[in-house]
Amino acid sequence: MLWNALLLSLREIRRNLLRSFLTTLGIVIGVSAVITMVTLGNGATLAVKQQIASLGSNLLIVRPGQRLGPGRDSAGAANFKVEDAQAIRDQIGGIKAVAPVVNKSVTVVVQASNWSTSVTGSNADYFTTNNWRLAGGRVFYESEERAGKAVCVIGNTVKRELFGAQNPVGGEIRIKQFSCEVIGLLAAKGQSSFGSDQDDTIVMPLRTVQRRLTGNQDVRTLMVSVKDGVSSDKAQRQIERLMRERRHIGDNEDDNFNVMDTKQIADTLSGTTQVLTTLLGAVAAVSLLVGGIGIMNIMLVSVTERTREIGIRLAIGALEREVLSQFLIEAVVLSSLGGLIGVILATLASIGLSGLMHIPYLFNPGINLLSFAFSAAIGVIFGYFPARRAASLDPIEALRHE
Amino acid sequence: MNAKSSAGASPAPVLAGEAPTLPTGATPLIRLQGITKTYGQGQAEFQALRGVDLTVDSGEFVAVMGPSGSGKSTVMNILGCLDVPSSGAYQFFGTHVERLSRPQRALLRRHYLGFVFQGFNLLARTSAQENVELPLLYRGESAAARHAAARAALAQVGLEGRERNTPAELSGGQQQRVAIARAIVTRPSVLLADEPTGNLDSTTSHEIMDLIAQLNRELGITVLMVTHEQEMAAYARRVVLFKDGLVESDFSPPPPGEGPGERERLLRTPLASIPSPPAPLMKPLPFGIPGGEGSFEVVGATSREGAA
Ligand SMILES: Nc1ncnc2c1ncn2[C@@H]1O[C@H](COP(=O)(O)OP(=O)(O)O)[C@@H](O)[C@H]1O
Ligand SMILES: [Mg+2]
Repeated sequence: MLWNALLLSLREIRRNLLRSFLTTLGIVIGVSAVITMVTLGNGATLAVKQQIASLGSNLLIVRPGQRLGPGRDSAGAANFKVEDAQAIRDQIGGIKAVAPVVNKSVTVVVQASNWSTSVTGSNADYFTTNNWRLAGGRVFYESEERAGKAVCVIGNTVKRELFGAQNPVGGEIRIKQFSCEVIGLLAAKGQSSFGSDQDDTIVMPLRTVQRRLTGNQDVRTLMVSVKDGVSSDKAQRQIERLMRERRHIGDNEDDNFNVMDTKQIADTLSGTTQVLTTLLGAVAAVSLLVGGIGIMNIMLVSVTERTREIGIRLAIGALEREVLSQFLIEAVVLSSLGGLIGVILATLASIGLSGLMHIPYLFNPGINLLSFAFSAAIGVIFGYFPARRAASLDPIEALRHE
Repeated sequence: MNAKSSAGASPAPVLAGEAPTLPTGATPLIRLQGITKTYGQGQAEFQALRGVDLTVDSGEFVAVMGPSGSGKSTVMNILGCLDVPSSGAYQFFGTHVERLSRPQRALLRRHYLGFVFQGFNLLARTSAQENVELPLLYRGESAAARHAAARAALAQVGLEGRERNTPAELSGGQQQRVAIARAIVTRPSVLLADEPTGNLDSTTSHEIMDLIAQLNRELGITVLMVTHEQEMAAYARRVVLFKDGLVESDFSPPPPGEGPGERERLLRTPLASIPSPPAPLMKPLPFGIPGGEGSFEVVGATSREGAA
């Protein structure tokens, strides 16, 4: 009985290849669009999270000026001193590393080649707070920091531009009037989530930069890394209290500095990409819906066309139930075939596109199941109900149908 | 067997599960009593049949004639269980068809009736073989049995070698042969044909009529056929004339050019070669229609359908 119905519907599908193809196509497009969009969105969210993790975990960034926002101005707020970093290290518990940081744009010369980059002055903690690993050489000693020695650790991009394939460790670079010994090479990190090249950098002792490049004692940023298992919220509050004290801010005055938690940035950014994913998913869902309406139309038209055929089947002794199960199986086979092809296409497209976009590919079983189920339901509903009307006619009425 | 003496036969039970009544010589194959059919409602109401009485015995070949609009097709559709009467009684081998449920009527069509239409009504883009196999598929026959029976039926209507052709690849006469093969492949008790030669030229019409007459003569299939043409009606041994939704006359003319004695001989000869009554009619269907080789499979189908 069921076998007969299956046989009949497969025969029917084969007999009407074009119609079957069109019905399936609507589902294929809808399903693959939804799955691809959502999968790529998920991959993008993960990529952003991974890149933020490469910034450094549990990292607090302390800057002069109020928290960024409309109408707020950071100009005029006093910079930090190296003693502020020392105070945080001494007075707040659970701190792993504190790096006072200044930046300066410079042009670097090695023999005939030159390269514009940015120099960061800091201490050895900087490599901890910013998750830098070394590809070769060493970081600076404390003695070199204290003495303000002309030594530097260079990023991979700087090495490529100035030293090519040569080993830069032990070499010399010229910045303005002084020359500086290269003692280490940073392992490459790649692009940041904001699109800048993180490897285009040179790190020197803070004192060296202050003396030879900025010419003052100011520290622009304090990077504070919290020990694992310590609440970064608590550390943030303690740093804020300490800095208010050190900067003599009255009880009813606003902060003239701000503390940012990279975890917050990460949350904000991945929140944004998630919104984007939802939006893309919604657009794709519309295409699935349009695909569904396409199926509905084809099914409706084909049942109208086939009312006479239903009449023939009834006239030669088919039961209403048999005609219906044939149509139902036909709809189930077509729409699940479409769903299956859609899932396969979407998987291929997602793997290909995420490769092109340099984002990880994540298989999302939920969206695969959901869109498959939706398409199957559409096919079944719109294949079944019009057929039910036709099969409930007296055979002669169905046969008379024009 | 061929006697029309069944006026007093008691009606057979209709309900599923009741003991079936086997046909007796006194039970006619088909019996219509006061059949009416009304189309439309209110002002647009139109009575296509106004109380038709008709009795047909097993093995007869009846031509139904009459002017256009006289209700010939309407009565054929009711006989074929494709349509239901507005009132009146339709007994098929003693079973009151008007009391059967939709699925039961479908099973009656499946096991006892073959219908041939003026417009052929074949499935498009489907081979002759598959068209003929279709009724067997609904009867749940095995693939091997279907193939063999369909090929035999096609050979019987003279379409050997055309099994693979679709309706579009066949002439009108050949399409009607496929339709006849489809109607007889289940060995029905009755073949109902509504103007089977209406769309065909004269030569082809005669070929189709020869075929139908042969099926009646050699297989003992009872034939009721609507036709406009006297020439085609001449193949039948009884002519029922309709007018304005009523049977106007019912007579058995002598075959043209032959005496009454010859006609009697013709009437008797083919029937002698028929197993009497035809074998498929011996086994009972569960709802009181006697006969049917697929009886036990129908039992399941009926109990399911009956519950629905
Ligand atoms: N579905 C229908 N709706 C309304 N009137 C119908 C319908 N079918 C047939 N009739 C009418 O019933 C009458 C008998 O029709 P029919 O049995 O087809 O005649 P014919 O003898 O030509 O085959 C005609 O007058 C026709 O107009
Ligand atoms: Mg007619």
